[in-house]
Amino acid sequence: MLKIENLTATVGDKQIINGLTLDLPAGEVHAIMGPNGSGKSTLSYALAGRDGYEVTAGSALLDGEDLLDMEPHERSAAGLYLGLQYPVEIPGVSNLTFLRTAINAQREGRGEDAVSAGDFMRAIRGEAEAFDLSMDHMKRGVNVGFSGGEKKRNEMIQMAMIQPKCAILDETDSGLDIDALRVVADGINRMRDPKRSFLLITHYQRLLDYVQPDKVHVLKGGQIVKTGGPELAHELEREGYDTVTAPELAGAA
Amino acid sequence: MTTHAIRRPTRKDEAWRYADFGALDQHWPESADHWREIEVGAGETACETLVMPNEAGPVSAVERLRIHIADHARFELYAIAARGHYARLEIEAHVGEGAHFEFGGAIIGAGASTNEFVMDVRHLKPGGTSNQTVRAIMADKAVGSFLGGVHVARDAQRIDGSQSAKAMLLDRGATANLKPQLEIYADDVKCAHGATVGELDRQALFYMASRGIPPELAERLILQTFVAEAFAALTADEAREALEAEALAMLEGMK
Repeated sequence: MLKIENLTATVGDKQIINGLTLDLPAGEVHAIMGPNGSGKSTLSYALAGRDGYEVTAGSALLDGEDLLDMEPHERSAAGLYLGLQYPVEIPGVSNLTFLRTAINAQREGRGEDAVSAGDFMRAIRGEAEAFDLSMDHMKRGVNVGFSGGEKKRNEMIQMAMIQPKCAILDETDSGLDIDALRVVADGINRMRDPKRSFLLITHYQRLLDYVQPDKVHVLKGGQIVKTGGPELAHELEREGYDTVTAPELAGAA
Repeated sequence: MTTHAIRRPTRKDEAWRYADFGALDQHWPESADHWREIEVGAGETACETLVMPNEAGPVSAVERLRIHIADHARFELYAIAARGHYARLEIEAHVGEGAHFEFGGAIIGAGASTNEFVMDVRHLKPGGTSNQTVRAIMADKAVGSFLGGVHVARDAQRIDGSQSAKAMLLDRGATANLKPQLEIYADDVKCAHGATVGELDRQALFYMASRGIPPELAERLILQTFVAEAFAALTADEAREALEAEALAMLEGMK
């Protein structure tokens, strides 16, 4: 599904991602964990095509299509979804207008018919309820007046409405209380599908208690330095990044 | 009775500071030195819309309105200034006791145009309210100005006057002059004003792109909602939507 090879990315003149290779097959959930400054957000922005995050070498394919050759909105239409660590507020543009415009732009790009108003409203009512936000929230400006947790749940609503092939969730779990974390986790589990894959970028193993990952990768210095099963997350939580990724242990897992 | 400005204004006159005097030459004294009078009778409600569109050729327009809003009356004025050369809408509004004056104005400027709203809202009696909302979208080397004066006389207590002016600059050469001006002689008065000049929010554009919205569409959506704020107080849906559609057509014509 998502195949990243030898990716190098810079922000300004600083190289943050240093030859990263990652294979995320369809149907799988992978977690990327890593200390602050290891390049987690840079990786997600580089894949989504944000201005200022320049890929200088390597490749990233989504379902065989070259992501790096596409504009950001085309990557989205191709099936990539990025749940932002800090979702943006857009005053004046309602969540409903925003999402419907997004879905229809994607559909148009794929040569499909626009979603009908009725179908759209039915779907968003269901998703808003599933992620514990009201329709009143949906009528407001995008993320305007939303608490941190509400913004993250709104990212999940958008994901559920857009139905991407591959979702990268950048610290969607940060700033959530236990109840909200469960709501988010339930949403991810509900959307798990043999044709969809998830890349969960997180600091803590907490989310992974609810969403069982197929693999856990440790990102450090802009590279994947260690890969393991779900138990690796617990090991990291117990021992810390430095111990787990120390050279003498790196080969042992 | 119409009072005449005998003297032709100069740039030294505050209200004419940003005017395009070259264009004004074509208008003086016929239309520019002429005030259209609007009377709103006691307890009445009236609403007017005024569109100064960008028509072919180096055309310009000068509109000067003197509005008398009698006690407990309400007058709403919504305007779009989008001339390719020069447009000036100048308002002198006299707000009666317990009366309300609402102004919503959009400036959409491109090329080397100058578009301006010059307001002089006069609260001479107590209990009146006024609200002014101006949104300007400026491209190329266009100049957009809002001189928003509110005057509250000594005996005009319990006045509530507010002004919100925001401009969005799409190009480096574009200019916005937003100048809320309060002149208050009464002491029991509530007057709020705000003015901001900004650019298209890059973070919002990326966010929209990351959801699949192409840049042109994202930009249009942001500008469309921004300019629509000028007409938000217009409760008649049909009239409001017509103005929004006009503004959108002008935005699209700008590209």
